[in-house]
Amino acid sequence: MKCSRIAPMALVATGSGQALAQDGLDGVIDRAVTPLSDALSAFIFYEVPIPMVGQGIPFIVLWLVIAASFFTFYFGFINLRALKHAFFLVRGDYTSPDAAGEVTHFQALATALSGTVGLGNIAGVALAVSLGGPGATFWMILAGLLGMSTKFVECTLGVKYRNEYADGTVSGGPMYYLSKGLAAEYPALAGFGKMLAVIFAVFCIGGTLGAGAMFQTNQAFSQLVNVTGGEASAFNGFGWLFGLVIALLVGTVIIGGIRSIARVTEKVVPLMAVLYVSSGLLIIGLNIEALPAAVGSIISGAFQPEGMYGGFVGVLIMGFRRAAFSNEAGVGSAAIAHSAVRTDRPVTEGLVALYEPFIDTVVVCTITALVIIITGSLDPTGQIEGVALTSRAFESAFDWFPIVLLAAVLMFAFSTTISWSYYGLKSFTYLFGEGQSKELIFKAVVLGAVVVGSSINLASVMDFADAMILAMALPNLIGVYLLTPVVKRELRSYWADYKAGRLQTYR
Amino acid sequence: MSSFLVGIDGSECGDRALDAAAAQAEAAGAVLIVCYVIAWSPYSFSTPQENAERHKRREEELDAARSKLLEPRARALAERGIGAEGVARHGHPVRTLIKLAEDRGVDMIVIGRSGDSPIRSRMFGGTAASLVQSSPVPVLVVP
Repeated sequence: MKCSRIAPMALVATGSGQALAQDGLDGVIDRAVTPLSDALSAFIFYEVPIPMVGQGIPFIVLWLVIAASFFTFYFGFINLRALKHAFFLVRGDYTSPDAAGEVTHFQALATALSGTVGLGNIAGVALAVSLGGPGATFWMILAGLLGMSTKFVECTLGVKYRNEYADGTVSGGPMYYLSKGLAAEYPALAGFGKMLAVIFAVFCIGGTLGAGAMFQTNQAFSQLVNVTGGEASAFNGFGWLFGLVIALLVGTVIIGGIRSIARVTEKVVPLMAVLYVSSGLLIIGLNIEALPAAVGSIISGAFQPEGMYGGFVGVLIMGFRRAAFSNEAGVGSAAIAHSAVRTDRPVTEGLVALYEPFIDTVVVCTITALVIIITGSLDPTGQIEGVALTSRAFESAFDWFPIVLLAAVLMFAFSTTISWSYYGLKSFTYLFGEGQSKELIFKAVVLGAVVVGSSINLASVMDFADAMILAMALPNLIGVYLLTPVVKRELRSYWADYKAGRLQTYR
Repeated sequence: MSSFLVGIDGSECGDRALDAAAAQAEAAGAVLIVCYVIAWSPYSFSTPQENAERHKRREEELDAARSKLLEPRARALAERGIGAEGVARHGHPVRTLIKLAEDRGVDMIVIGRSGDSPIRSRMFGGTAASLVQSSPVPVLVVP
């Protein structure tokens, strides 16, 4: 609500000069949000001290990694052993032709991926490598592999406890498995489940406005300004206009229901991803003789990093942290997207969801890291860089690449905003009920946040968004731990059917 | 009794194909399967909102195809004494028609030539041309 009220003012403020905005509106919002933001951040990012080492590990990173490791062991390395079967599920081998026209495993996965693949893969890796050295890549890959197990559990639950309405629409996600699932499994905990669901929904709305809407457009705009000449860019100072254009485009999709724009994005986003990955592979291929050394530096850097990267623990934390930000395993957002699939075995979608962290973190992030290392773009003086580092690494091989990267960042920001606006909407309707006018108000607030995000630079709001999105993992994972036996049962019966050849194939 | 499969798309050309098929069926004493394929791919990309409503939309699309396109035509054929069944399916037009032809063991497929837009048919060869190349049974292409 706050965002929609301040949006018009933000336009005036930035329109009449950036300096005014810095002292005026920005300052007011900054002062209002800072105490809240600081309190939440202090908790989420609380450094848990590790004995014998002079460093702490942020609480939320520990929380996510412990969960991912637990699920990996509890389900007997499901992340590795089910990968082949999951591929056939995605390909449609087990989907009956009678279900033509329904949401397929592929579509559910692609939709969830378009919500996660984004700046984390481009900027996050660069940050990890410039802060933690090549070795951070190793821990990122490991965290990605473990995160696959978390996604498996949460997405299975998302499908199992979704709501299917009489008119044929479906709605699922942590709000539903936390409330319905816990009530079904532990009747005594019904009230607790409800409480977790409400907390999750509140955090999810915060994450949508902050990380989904504001952060995405803010970063996309700063990349636009950087590529077109930085300070001297013609776009500099026109963030509000950029925000308006993006809000208009997003609005036509989420309010107007105009398919054509979504249709363009849905073609271009995968194209961008393919172009990014294949250029990366091409650069690696052209420098194939440097590959063994690069892999060597990743492995040796993981265990015996050079002094400047903060030691073994520092590198490990950097890798884990960026992986968590990038693939959102444990956050619960993907469970909302995955739950729309048409299947009578919830566990199948959990298996398909294994591919999300795999593609996002293990494949795309590794390629980015290898390109940065192989091209020698890493600044040995230890300067911290995001998109600029990735951009420079790719540019050293293809000088037109920054333009492609800009297009990719814009597209990813657009598709991520659309995905998150839906996650937020589902949380909003969970709290306040469904209804045309209520949903319209929420969507308008999201669009307002898009405009505000690119108009003004509010460090505190950005921090708040970061904390909110990761805070979703608190109520989510508590519920997921409690519901693990349900997933175990589902998996056991499904895997027995699969091994005994009782699953029907159609290919 | 022999049966012919005719693909319609709501266009005039599709209806000319249906007329031709009806004439053939009348002469041969065959029954007609009239099929409307709703273009759909299992590998397309969509927004989460669309996915959530997909099942509902699918039912609406099938209902619309049956009530607006297939049933009126099947009734008109029945009045002429030709047995006709309407089938609405989601999928790739060519592959869906071929699958249906194989499943039902039809003797011939009848299709209109210009269903697709000119650019599309030039780029991808058009439904009629692909059918001619891959159909397991004779294909009658109606201009």
